[in-house]
Amino acid sequence: MQAEQLTSLVASWAPDQKPGISKQYPEFILPVDKVHSVAKSLKESPETKMDYLFCLTAVDRKDGFHVVYHLTSSEYHHCAVLRIILPDKANPVAPTVSDVWRTAEYFEREVFDLFGIRFENHPDMRRLFLEDDWVGYPLRKDYKDSFTLER
Amino acid sequence: MGVDIKSIPYGDFNDNETLEELRKSGSSVLVTALDSIINWGRSNSVWPLTFATSCCGIEMMATGAPRHDFARFGIEVYRASPRQADVIVVAGTIVRKMAPVLKRLYDQMPDPKYVIAMGACAVSGGPFYYNSYSVVRGVDQVIPVDVYIPGCPPRPEALLYGVMQLQRKIKMQSLLKREGPPSESPEIDTSTEDKSRYVQPIENQDTTDTELCKPNN
Repeated sequence: MQAEQLTSLVASWAPDQKPGISKQYPEFILPVDKVHSVAKSLKESPETKMDYLFCLTAVDRKDGFHVVYHLTSSEYHHCAVLRIILPDKANPVAPTVSDVWRTAEYFEREVFDLFGIRFENHPDMRRLFLEDDWVGYPLRKDYKDSFTLER
Repeated sequence: MGVDIKSIPYGDFNDNETLEELRKSGSSVLVTALDSIINWGRSNSVWPLTFATSCCGIEMMATGAPRHDFARFGIEVYRASPRQADVIVVAGTIVRKMAPVLKRLYDQMPDPKYVIAMGACAVSGGPFYYNSYSVVRGVDQVIPVDVYIPGCPPRPEALLYGVMQLQRKIKMQSLLKREGPPSESPEIDTSTEDKSRYVQPIENQDTTDTELCKPNN
């Protein structure tokens, strides 16, 4: 599917989406409460069939935490990127997409582990890599500990 | 039964500072005949542990594979159990979560046991020395190291060279003095040593500024 078609399709599901900055993939910045329904539609719609979430990650930006979803279709081989912005840095909460793509369960645990973004309705919201008693979220820009050497 | 290794043509095994230092430090100048036999056996049958944590492990596998074949030098088959291994080649990055596991593996190895720190990560933390919250800055903070092999990753030839250095070290051991020559050399002034790579114990961690980042559930 061409990027223009995809844009109009996403715009029909989420009228207040904004185009993203990605040159490589068509990217849509969505309101936080829309991302789950758009994700579900992208997966289930016969025109898109985005059945594979190949990356879910987060970025610590000045305007808040961005959660970025990279989707592709194993049938049509087209890609799309969804992005949500969580302005509340003290208590960032995002909706889970682990009921849409099972792989998101681990992705979201990783993001929680390193950024401290909690995903609502996630079945098992624990740390993934770090020890359970680890204090802080290391990939946040304001992360400080006594171990790291700054340079 | 000397400690020179024929396959290195530069003569540095007969005439280098390490060997002079070993001789100077006493104790094993007169390696007894018994020591010679035991050390000959030990140094030509060094069994490494199957332990690799990143790309250095690929080079270590290549060293063991037919092209380089370190069995030629008497470092032999990889053992899957630390209880059968003589040497642990720390091939790769050691993170803080891995460090206790590595220590346990080392503790499970029977004496005499040796450690080769292979690659920049195992030597000093390498590219992860700065700005890393997880990488241990040198495996010598966890277990004592016999031979350091720099490189990122080292070539198989470098690992072979390191293994031969370890064999020389084994050959200087003595039954009377278990650890061989003393590891500390009194002439070296350590006051200019970079202490920054030594880690503070984690319980001294200042929690006040990270209190905000705790998971709230």
